[in-house]
Amino acid sequence: MNADESQWHLVRRQIVANATSIGFAVAMYGVSFGALGTTTGLTIPQTMALSLLMFTGASQFTLVSTLASGGTALTAVVASWLMGTRNAAYSMRMTPILKTSGAGRLVAVQLTIDESTAMGLAQDEEVFEGRASRLAFWATGLSVYLLWNLATFMGAVSVSAIGDPKSFGLDAAIAAGLFALVWPQIKSRTDLSVAFGGALIALVFTPLVSPGVPVLAAAMVAIIVGWATSRRIT
Amino acid sequence: MWIAVLAGAAGCYALKFVGSIIPSHILEQPTVKKIVLLLPISLLSALVAVQTFASSQALVVDARVPALAAATVALRFKAPFILVVLISAVTAAALRYFELAI
Repeated sequence: MNADESQWHLVRRQIVANATSIGFAVAMYGVSFGALGTTTGLTIPQTMALSLLMFTGASQFTLVSTLASGGTALTAVVASWLMGTRNAAYSMRMTPILKTSGAGRLVAVQLTIDESTAMGLAQDEEVFEGRASRLAFWATGLSVYLLWNLATFMGAVSVSAIGDPKSFGLDAAIAAGLFALVWPQIKSRTDLSVAFGGALIALVFTPLVSPGVPVLAAAMVAIIVGWATSRRIT
Repeated sequence: MWIAVLAGAAGCYALKFVGSIIPSHILEQPTVKKIVLLLPISLLSALVAVQTFASSQALVVDARVPALAAATVALRFKAPFILVVLISAVTAAALRYFELAI
């Protein structure tokens, strides 16, 4: 099914607009990250290195806040890895859609985060032969990379440049943004039960284990349901 | 501290990379395929829940909850992405501004 070009232009404009707005929402947190990094005692280059090289917000915040709360460097590093584990699942899912190789693959891997994966998967894979999924991934990944790093720098050099992101409702905006991106992925009752199951497991684990692990624990739901349903079919 | 920064970054990149080099014939197996399809759904839903109810290790009900409810209504009415996000942000910001929620 090959939809016509004018329709593609509309879809493309929509995707780029959404990707840009995600970039700006995330950037507000980039400013807080930059500020937190330098107040924790990291130098500006070290704080920037985290945004440029690690580039996965949850891991970055975990590393820095573990250090800030008096954790050792080793604990901080391991906690950041734990937080980054879900990106492995994301790249597993995205690689066959992106169809990249060589240097492109290495760049795509670095851009594989919550937002870019969610945007990529929120598009219909069948429409435009997957072009929409690929554009959504790349546009979101690049816009977040650019704005996140710019914002980190701004935060790092001018600590507390803006107010608390919460007073702008940005914490709620990020939750709603992710929710809007999972929404179209839920197409069956199985998907719905996995979504609710994952959310529930994460909340049950939240008071029990350190931040980051609850989200990881939600993977169990996908593994168990995926295993059970595919057995039933075959 | 540079060692911590670089080791952390290297590990996080390695994790992203590992997922991309899993041979396609393994990913084609029905069970694996189904699990890989469901994984982002469970992880992202978990992230939404944590982003809405968690404050560090505590579970709290604050301005984010009505904000997500407003976003849900917007989604049901098929509102565009940017509107959903804006509605949520404005709801939370307004509730906090008028001190109706924290």
